[in-house]
Amino acid sequence: MSALFANVEWPGIAQAMLETLAMLIGSLVLTVALGLPLGVLLFLTDKGQMFARPGLNRLLAFVVNVLRSVPFIILLILMIPVTLTMMGTSLGVRGAIPPLVVGAAPFFARLVETALREVDRGVVEAVQAMGAKPRQIILGALLPEALPGIIAGVTVTAIALVSYTAMAGVVGAGGLGDLAVRFGYQRFQTDVMVVTVVLLLILVQILQTVGDRLVAHFSHR
Amino acid sequence: MTGSQLQPRIELVDVAKTFPTEAGDMAAVRGVSLRIAAGEVFGIIGESGAGKSTLVRLINLLERPSSGRVIVDGEDATKLSPEGLRGLRRRIGMIFQHFNLLSSRTVAQNIAFPLELEGRLSKAQIRARVDELLGRVGLTDHAGQYPAQLSGGQKQRVGIARALACGPSVLLCDEATSALDPETTDQVLELLAELNRDLGLTIVLITHEMDVVRQVCDRVAVLERGLVVEQGEVVDVFLDAEHPATRRLLREDAADGAPEPAPGVRTVRLTYRGAAAYAPFLSRIAQETGVDFSLHAGRVARIKGEAFGQLTLSLSGRNVVPALAAFEAAGVRVREVTR
Repeated sequence: MSALFANVEWPGIAQAMLETLAMLIGSLVLTVALGLPLGVLLFLTDKGQMFARPGLNRLLAFVVNVLRSVPFIILLILMIPVTLTMMGTSLGVRGAIPPLVVGAAPFFARLVETALREVDRGVVEAVQAMGAKPRQIILGALLPEALPGIIAGVTVTAIALVSYTAMAGVVGAGGLGDLAVRFGYQRFQTDVMVVTVVLLLILVQILQTVGDRLVAHFSHR
Repeated sequence: MTGSQLQPRIELVDVAKTFPTEAGDMAAVRGVSLRIAAGEVFGIIGESGAGKSTLVRLINLLERPSSGRVIVDGEDATKLSPEGLRGLRRRIGMIFQHFNLLSSRTVAQNIAFPLELEGRLSKAQIRARVDELLGRVGLTDHAGQYPAQLSGGQKQRVGIARALACGPSVLLCDEATSALDPETTDQVLELLAELNRDLGLTIVLITHEMDVVRQVCDRVAVLERGLVVEQGEVVDVFLDAEHPATRRLLREDAADGAPEPAPGVRTVRLTYRGAAAYAPFLSRIAQETGVDFSLHAGRVARIKGEAFGQLTLSLSGRNVVPALAAFEAAGVRVREVTR
C-alpha cells in the first residue's frame, strides 16, 4: 500500500477533499439561491406567460447567455478583481466561491426555466380558474409541479460545479483539483493524480445517485 | 328548469374574442349572446374550431372578451378588480378534458387545494370538507393516491370534487368527457346530472358530441365559426334541427331517406314525444282514414328521460290531407320533407 502510493500524503488528501466539499456546498447553495429566482423570472417574463415583459426577458436572456458563453477558466481570471473586493481575497475556498456561483447560476437558471416549461399549461389554467393569486400559482402549483425537474437540474449543476472546483484549483483555490495539478501533473506523481481522480469520481457518483433518488421520490407522474 | 325569463345566472351580451396571429386577427368568437338560467344544464355544441373552448373561458374570464359583456349574477365580470375576479372564479368551478390535476399532489390534496388558496377554512375544516367531497364522487378509498395511479374516469371525478370544493353555483365543463370511454362518459354525466339536481348547480357544458347534450342538457346552443346558429330546448333542436351545422352534428341527412317526389305522394316527418310516443296513433289513423303509407326512416329514443319518436313516411292514396290533420290532432308534429 505505502509502496504503491509512495507520494500520497493522506492528511493532505483529506484536507483537499474537505476544501472541495466546502467549495461545492457553498457555491451550490448560492447558485440555487440566485439561479432559482432568475430561472423563474426568465420563465414568467417570456411572451405568453403570466408576467410577459419582452424587454426585460431579452435583457435577462442576454446576460445569462453572455455568462454561459465565457469559458470557466477565463471567467476565473476575469472575476479576480471582483472577488477581491467582495471577499477580500481571491485565494482559497472563499476566493473560489464568487466565480463558481457566477459561472453556475446562469446555467442552473436555464435548467429551472426548462423545468417550468415542462409544467402542463392546463394545470396552470386550472389553478387560475380556482381564483389563485399569481404568488399562489407560482409557489403552490408551478414550483411544486416542476420540483422533480428542478432537483434534476440541481444534480447536473452540482456535478458541473465539481469539475469547476477542480479548475478553480489553477488560480489557487485549493481542493482536489489543485492537488492533482500541482503534484500529480507538475511533479509527475501519478499516484496522487489517480487518488484525486478516483475521489472526484466517487463524489460525482454519490451526487448523481442522491439526485436520482430525490427525483424519483418527488416525481408522481 | 328553463326559466330564461328570470334573471339569468350567466349572461353573455354580444361577446367577441379575437386573437392576434401572424396571419392577422383570428376571430374565435364573433358576437355571441346567451342567457343561462340558474339551475339549468346548458350545452354548447360545435365542431372543433367552432370557438367552444374560447367561449366557455370567457365566462370565468380565463379569456378576456375583445368586446361585449359577461354578466354573472347581475355583475359585469369584465369590470371586476383582480380581487373581485378571484372571488368570482371561486364561485365558478371548472373541469377539463385532460383533467389538469396537480401531479405532485394526492387526490385529497388536489381537492383541498382550492380551499387552501381561499384560506377561509382551518386545516380540520378543510379535511372534513375533502372527506365529504370524496364521498360525493365515490373516491373515499383513493384519497392518498396520486393522479397518475387513477383511471380517466377517476381523474375526472377528482376534477369534479376539486371544482366543487369552494361551493360554486356554476360548473363549467370543457369537453369533460371527450377523453373518456363511453361507459365512463355515462357515469360522469350521471354524476353531473345528480349534482345539478341535488345542489341546484348551474352547468355549462361544451362538447362536440350530441349524445352528451341529449343525455344531460336542458337547453343547447349550436356554435359554428364563432356564432350561435341555433339554440333552444334540447328536444326541439334535436328533433327539428334547422341549421346545416346542427344536422351535421346529428349526422342527419336533410331528406333522411325520403324517396323521389311523385305525384299524389307526400313525404312527411312525424315527431312525437311524451305520452304520444306510447300511443298506437299510426295504425289507428291509417285505419280511420284509409291512407296508404310507406316507412322510410325512424328512430325512437329518450332525451333527458323523455321518450320521443321520429318517423319519415310517404302518404298516398285517398285522404292524405285528413290523415295529416289527424296526426296533428293526436299531438304529433308534422313537417313536410323535400329532397
